[in-house]
Amino acid sequence: MPDGSAVTEVRVVLPGHLRTLARVTGEVRVEVAEPVTIGAVLDAIEARFPVLRGAIRGHDGGPRRPFVRFFACEEDLSHDPIDTALPGPVVAGREPFLVVGSVAGG
Amino acid sequence: MPVAGAAANGCRDLDTVGAMLLAVANGSHPAVLEEDGMSGVRVLVGTRKGAFILTSDGTRRDWKVSGPHFPGWEIYHVAGSPADPDRLWASQSNGWFGQQVQRSDDGGETWEPVGNQFAYHGDPGTHQWYDGTPRPWEFSRVWHFEPSPTDRDLVWAGVQDAALFRSTDGGGSWHELPALREVRGPEWNPGAGGLCLHTIKLDPNDPQRMFIAISAAGAFRTDDGAASWKAINRGLRSGHMPDQDAEVGHCVHRLALHPSRPNTLYMQKHWDVMRTDDAGENWYEISGDLPTDFGFAIDVHAHEPETVYVVPIASDEFHVPPDGALRVYRSRSGGGEWEPLSKGLPQQDCYVNVLRDAMAVDSLDDCGIYFGTTGGQVYASADSGDSWEPIVRDLPGVLSVEVQTLA
Repeated sequence: MPDGSAVTEVRVVLPGHLRTLARVTGEVRVEVAEPVTIGAVLDAIEARFPVLRGAIRGHDGGPRRPFVRFFACEEDLSHDPIDTALPGPVVAGREPFLVVGSVAGG
Repeated sequence: MPVAGAAANGCRDLDTVGAMLLAVANGSHPAVLEEDGMSGVRVLVGTRKGAFILTSDGTRRDWKVSGPHFPGWEIYHVAGSPADPDRLWASQSNGWFGQQVQRSDDGGETWEPVGNQFAYHGDPGTHQWYDGTPRPWEFSRVWHFEPSPTDRDLVWAGVQDAALFRSTDGGGSWHELPALREVRGPEWNPGAGGLCLHTIKLDPNDPQRMFIAISAAGAFRTDDGAASWKAINRGLRSGHMPDQDAEVGHCVHRLALHPSRPNTLYMQKHWDVMRTDDAGENWYEISGDLPTDFGFAIDVHAHEPETVYVVPIASDEFHVPPDGALRVYRSRSGGGEWEPLSKGLPQQDCYVNVLRDAMAVDSLDDCGIYFGTTGGQVYASADSGDSWEPIVRDLPGVLSVEVQTLA
């Protein structure tokens, strides 16, 4: 966590398989230094749950895995730059940041 | 061992089986173990939707089923360490969330994720794609683990896109042995299942020698601990290539060897069952009187180096047994002459496949043979293949079967 930065708690909803890997149930909360960007939240998730490194995006901050999507406030943020600031309600803790395994199949 | 009570009903729970472990051999051809009447087996099954562990005593009549472990994930392989029988390795992957490596140190009761970063050494360049264009090397999954026979923390991993990795720290980190890709790697093509390194065979007499196989590149051997490699495909002929006896490009499905004769290898190629007696310098065909020489799995009896098992599959167009009848074929003469083994196996309306890593043998006195099917059955024979019984019938499609012989 960078010194001197304001820190906020972000609610994160992980897909079932990743909750199992991380051994958590329900939402998780991670502390993120502002500015609260997509990348900063992913960094915080991976720092708290090292088993998820490589499961959401490539190792060492690599690209988003193709079948993983990022939603928040009814918006698809998956294709936004990694340094995109998250919406205010997410930063304020009123809305979660959703990591979603895309639907594939019939 | 204080397990007489448990033995009375022919079925032990995992705790008891774990306590029994004095020595365990992993994989297809363990060293022959000192045994007593209390021996047992632990069958490690990887499926499309999780891992399962099947345990029994030496009679192999009654089985305890544990699982699914990692439900919903593809488990390409589960392997046990000969050096530490309670240490297991599982390759857990799916298309959404990639690769995990799980390790157990208590025979599969509990698991811990370990390192899952498989980074190619340097810039791996490109290989051939299905349409003949160059395609960058890209890791997607671990197909096979081969634990060291002597070091519990050393394990080899064969991956897709084809490469050989090694961990020397119990799976914490993985490092590629890149010299393999120098053997005409840019010319390698993927098979239908991908460009996968699926078979790793260690020479029990020479720790510097190893054999590997890749679909559809061929077989390769190192004599210097993976510092350098050579293609060992002389004698193979493959109709899918313009040059049918080219140095690389052969779709090798599986290799098998007996530890007492490491210069003799058996191969189930895409088509053709092959044999070499000079460590791969020259191969010759042993398909003989098989009804079809297409197939995936091949293995060798634990105590009879000339007794070989295959599961003929109708063709590469059908991927089902001939005539809807599931039959293992056994040769007691090192190939050429084969006998069908059908007692206890479905002989009508059976249209399952047996994949390359889905056959294994134990090393009990009366050698046990095991195989799993894409229909979710795992069959066992406690009499070298003369008769078969299903251990389980309704698992997800089976990707791999290994067996540990507990003594």
